[in-house]
Amino acid sequence: MASVSDTDLKGMTQEERVKALGMTTDQLTGRSMYIEFDPDATERFAYPWAPDVDFNKRTELDCDEMTATEVNANIRSLMEEGFGSIVVKNPRGMHSLGVGILNKLNLIIEGSTGYFAVGLIDGPNVRINGRVGWSCGENMMSGTVIVEKNAGSTFGAAIRGGDLVCRGSVGSRTGIDMKGGTIIVGGDTGALSGFMMQRGRMVVCGNAGKNLGDSMYDGTIYIGGDIQSLGVDAVEAELTDLDKAWLTRKLTQYGLMPENGVDHFTKVVAGKQLWNYDNLEPNEKKLIL
Amino acid sequence: MAGTQYRGSEIKDVDQFINDAQGLESEREKEIGQHIGYRYDVNLVPDYSRITPFLKSYMEFMGWDDLNWLEDIHMGYEEGKPAVFDRNINGWVRIPDSIELPDNQQDRDMIARELLLKFQMSDRHPLVMLRKAYKKF
Repeated sequence: MASVSDTDLKGMTQEERVKALGMTTDQLTGRSMYIEFDPDATERFAYPWAPDVDFNKRTELDCDEMTATEVNANIRSLMEEGFGSIVVKNPRGMHSLGVGILNKLNLIIEGSTGYFAVGLIDGPNVRINGRVGWSCGENMMSGTVIVEKNAGSTFGAAIRGGDLVCRGSVGSRTGIDMKGGTIIVGGDTGALSGFMMQRGRMVVCGNAGKNLGDSMYDGTIYIGGDIQSLGVDAVEAELTDLDKAWLTRKLTQYGLMPENGVDHFTKVVAGKQLWNYDNLEPNEKKLIL
Repeated sequence: MAGTQYRGSEIKDVDQFINDAQGLESEREKEIGQHIGYRYDVNLVPDYSRITPFLKSYMEFMGWDDLNWLEDIHMGYEEGKPAVFDRNINGWVRIPDSIELPDNQQDRDMIARELLLKFQMSDRHPLVMLRKAYKKF
C-alpha cells in the first residue's frame, strides 16, 4: 500500500489517498508504545523530503511588489533550487514573513516585520535587522531567530524548540504557553511573561514586569534585573553550577553576556501547586458539590 | 484539594522508574493509584562535555553552535521501559533492549537525542506517510 506513487496520489481526493496508503486500517487504541527505535538507522540530518540546500549559495529577494504569500512561496522555490542563504529586502512591516520553513537555511530579513514573523519554523537560522510585531517565532520548532531591535508582545508564543533571541526589549506575555526551546531577551520584558509556561527556558538580561511566570506548570526563567512581581505559583529557586554554565554558554553565543557575569541572575520555577493531574479529583468535587 | 500543595514525589535515582514502573511514592499517589508529574527532569540542561560525535556533526550540518531543540530531549520512562517522547507523533518511542544504558541521566539524554534524530529523519517515521496523505500537490 505504501508503494502508491506520487502520480497516483495526485489524482486522488484526500480521503482516497488516506485509504490507499492504508492509514485507516491500523488499530491504535490500547497501544501507547508500539514503535521502537532502530539502533542501526542510517545517519541522516535532514527530513527525507527536505531540499538539499547549500549555505554558500546566496541570493536576494526583493519583496517590495509582492504579497506575504508570494514572498513565502518564493523562499520555498529558491530552497528547491538549492539556495541556502536568502536575503529578504524591503519587508516594510509585512506580516507572516518566512513562516513554515522546515529545512536548514540562512534567512536574513533586512528591515522590520509585522506580526507572526517566522512562525512554525523547523530548522532555519534567521536574522532580522529591525523590529518585529506580535508573536514573532510563535510555534517555532527548531532553529535560531535573532531580532536586532525590539519585539512586540507574545514573543515566542507556544514555542516548542530552538533559540529565539531579541537583543532589545520585548512586550508583555513573552513565551506565553511555551512548551520548550529558549527565549533570550537582551533588554526588559513586560507583564505576564512566561504565562502558562510548560517547559523550556527564558532568559531576560534586564527587568521583568508584574506577574512573571503566572500559572507556570514547568520550565525555568532566569532574570538578570528586577522582577516587579511573581505570578501565581512562580517561585524562586537556587541557581546551580549547571545553570550558570549553561547561561554563560548561551549568552556568550549570542553576544549578550553581561559584564558582571551570570551570578546575579534570579532563577524562577514552578511551585507545582497547580499540578492538578489527579484523576480522582473530578469525583471528589462531585461529592462536595 | 488541588492548588494548595505539591503532592507528587521526587526523582531520587536514575533507574527509579525502570525498577518501579508505577512509581507510586507519596501518600496521594498511593491513594489515587497514579504517578503525579514527569518521570524525568524536564528542566535538566545538557552537559556539553558529554556530547557525542554524531550530535556534533548534526550541529555543524544545521549551522548551530549548540544542540538547539535537542536541549529539550531527554530519556524518559514509560511502562517501566526507557523511551523518548517524539513531539512529531505525540507519542513515546521505545529504546531497544540491545542498547545498554549508562549510569547517569546526562549520557542517557545524549543517546535519546541521537536515536530520536535518526528516527525523525528516517523513511520509517510516521510523518513521511502522513505527509504523503495530506500534503498539497
